[in-house]
Amino acid sequence: MRQLCKGNVAVVKAALMAGCRSFYGYPITPASEIAEYAALLIPQAGGTFVQAESEVSAINMVYGASCAGQRVMTASSGPGISLMQEGISYLAGAELPCVIADIMRGGPGLGNISPEQSDYFCMTKGGGHGCYRNIVLAPSSVQEMAALTMLAFELADKYRNPAVLLADGYVGQMMEPLELEMTEAIQPAKPWAVRGTPETHGNLVSSIYLTNDLMEEHVRKLEAKYLECERSECRWETYRAEDAEVLVIGYGIVSRILRTAVDVARAHGLKAGLFRPITLWPFPSQALRQAAEKVEKVLVVELSTGQMVEDVRLALNGRIPVEFYSRVGGNVPSAEKIHSELMAHMEALV
Amino acid sequence: MNDYTVVHEKAPAFFDRFARKDENQHQTHYCPGCGHGVVHKMIADALTELGVQQRTILVSPVGCSVFAYYYFDTGNVQAAHGRAPAVATALKRSNPESIVISYQGDGDLAAIGTAEIVHAANRGENITVFFVNNSIYGMTGGQMAPTTLLGQISTTTPWGRRPNNDGMPIKMCEMLSALEAPAYIERVALSDAKHILQARKAVKKALELQTQHAGFSMVEILSPCPTILKMEPTVARHWVGEVLAKQFPLGVYRDHRAEFVPVDVPQKPLAELLGLGGEKLSDAERQSRRKNTQARTIKVAGFGGQGVLLLGQLLAEMGMREHMEVSWLPSYGPEMRSGSAHCHVTLAHERIGAPVITRPEVLIAMNEPSLRKFGPMVQVGGMILYNGRELPEDLQFEGTTVHCIPASQIADEIGAAKVANVVMLGAMLEATNCLPLATARTVLADMVKNPKLSEMNDRALDVGREYLDQDVLALAVAGPDGCGE
Repeated sequence: MRQLCKGNVAVVKAALMAGCRSFYGYPITPASEIAEYAALLIPQAGGTFVQAESEVSAINMVYGASCAGQRVMTASSGPGISLMQEGISYLAGAELPCVIADIMRGGPGLGNISPEQSDYFCMTKGGGHGCYRNIVLAPSSVQEMAALTMLAFELADKYRNPAVLLADGYVGQMMEPLELEMTEAIQPAKPWAVRGTPETHGNLVSSIYLTNDLMEEHVRKLEAKYLECERSECRWETYRAEDAEVLVIGYGIVSRILRTAVDVARAHGLKAGLFRPITLWPFPSQALRQAAEKVEKVLVVELSTGQMVEDVRLALNGRIPVEFYSRVGGNVPSAEKIHSELMAHMEALV
Repeated sequence: MNDYTVVHEKAPAFFDRFARKDENQHQTHYCPGCGHGVVHKMIADALTELGVQQRTILVSPVGCSVFAYYYFDTGNVQAAHGRAPAVATALKRSNPESIVISYQGDGDLAAIGTAEIVHAANRGENITVFFVNNSIYGMTGGQMAPTTLLGQISTTTPWGRRPNNDGMPIKMCEMLSALEAPAYIERVALSDAKHILQARKAVKKALELQTQHAGFSMVEILSPCPTILKMEPTVARHWVGEVLAKQFPLGVYRDHRAEFVPVDVPQKPLAELLGLGGEKLSDAERQSRRKNTQARTIKVAGFGGQGVLLLGQLLAEMGMREHMEVSWLPSYGPEMRSGSAHCHVTLAHERIGAPVITRPEVLIAMNEPSLRKFGPMVQVGGMILYNGRELPEDLQFEGTTVHCIPASQIADEIGAAKVANVVMLGAMLEATNCLPLATARTVLADMVKNPKLSEMNDRALDVGREYLDQDVLALAVAGPDGCGE
């Protein structure tokens, strides 16, 4: 049965389905409903919810729970994510799985609480120190908030690495029908965990490697893991892209607007198509190259002054022109505006 | 037969050989005369005496004791600088039967990690903290610690610690004992044999309390750092007792169990918590069951408190129950708390693209500012439902059907101002026919459990619908522009 559900609430429900019984967080708009519903639901399922004294503490509690072998998550937005970056680096360095939901708002600084997509860099490129990556998933609907939360737990465990649900404020705040089906959460054994039991008492979780060679060995091990992740985990979606002359590219709420814009453009005779990355890291570069093989131009649309567009340019490597359009500060473009942008760029081509 | 007599055995909680060390695996990395070795030994002995080594987790901090895990044959976790109490919190919560130790130096606990220690203590986390205070940063080479004494020279206090520039040495036992939750806080010193014996007792007691689930315990250990303080080990020990302990008085600061009355949370089956159940329909099945519905893009706007967001949710819920595709997108944030609120509702028969509606087909304007702001954005051929007897004189909307319904006034007459949104819902359903009225009744009945309010909602729906009918009749007389009289 479908239930009308807020994106943020869907995250908590999906986390419970995935077997997550540990949530450590700190409130921030527009992510707060995740902590609120975690506080409401997780203890009723026998789990732990703690409101930490800061995002710094919250992410370190996540670190502790992950050390103990728990499926654990936290949620925040821009300023809170900045504070968590140290902990995220430690989690990646110590190869600890966890899920972090970032419901993006306007920045930099205190910014505002309206939707933006300006945490793309700090989440996909590693906002903390050291050579690491987060697995970054970008939902565009309430149903996907749930589906990708569950996938995030799976990938985090598979790669022993933080996985991020990167959504904008709109996807977090909107309500749509959500359909959940009861499934048994399959969790891998974690023989490396430190649980305070005789079986695990010899285990050590750490990210310190004092000698150069051991440090390099560790960083290379992480690198190999990330390469494997790039090979195996890219996800994307296309819409009317098969015969497209122009490809629009966007993720999250923007991809929904672009989908409508594609229909508007097609109704006006312009063969437009949509490419939507679902994994922002690993970025589906190869899939994008294939989708863009026959197009004359691509238009990237973001609620940032240009972050994902860099990955698009890297993927296409100068083969075709990459145009960019953005709104920031909480403003979102209309499908009609995107259509007029498209028309202008295509006319310029002629 | 050995040709020697064992006087003190190595504590079994230590590894036989420190294999995690790169070299010199038979000795620690601590300097001669350093207090860490002594504190390690006390902890290791206590773990053995209490029989808890197998279930102990030691959290190593950043500082000289960053490699504590070289030595302890326990579960080991290395934490970021200052964060050990937060890490320990979750380790313990995850496995309440484990014995969790947060081992921290003065910079780690009393400078960068001040927030973490205060709040772990304040939550009464059932963990044990050993706080080694040697008044200086050892590992980074002798910079000022939060516990450096006034006048004490360090590499970052070249004229000595100056109160006007660096503040005062921080007293953590005194600070934390101001909290209600901690069970046990004591300050001891490694100054001489007598005090070392007292320290041993305190270390063991703090761990024993954890096995009894007593709550938060911390032992601050004043400790010598001969290398950085440039003192002979015996002089450094003496200095701890004669000088350091003057600033940081020894003694028990707290020794009683926190008297919490635990509040248990009721447990529920997962399916119930998640709202699972009912039948799953395919897209085709949904389509075939969809009757008497029309796709619409709707904007609802008004003052915060007028039930604007709720009205939008009602519409979305109704659409969903009628097997439509729906989305509801609110304005959110500070404007929710006062001022204006609006939301976008899409009722569709296809997968919904943009849930952001720039040009709605229907506007429900619960107040005049919303009408002025959003009225001009309504699509040609669209509809405005305005909460008022008539349009403000200076406003007209070409090509748009306008219905004026004094919903707030009607709601007052019904007996509750808050049903004004339901009056508008009744009128809107009558005017658009986009969803069946019966569904509105079901949804409202499901959402409102208070029978009196439920009755008022029912009336509000009817009155809204009836008012609209009269309005349409009047419109037919008055012509399509503006409100009927």
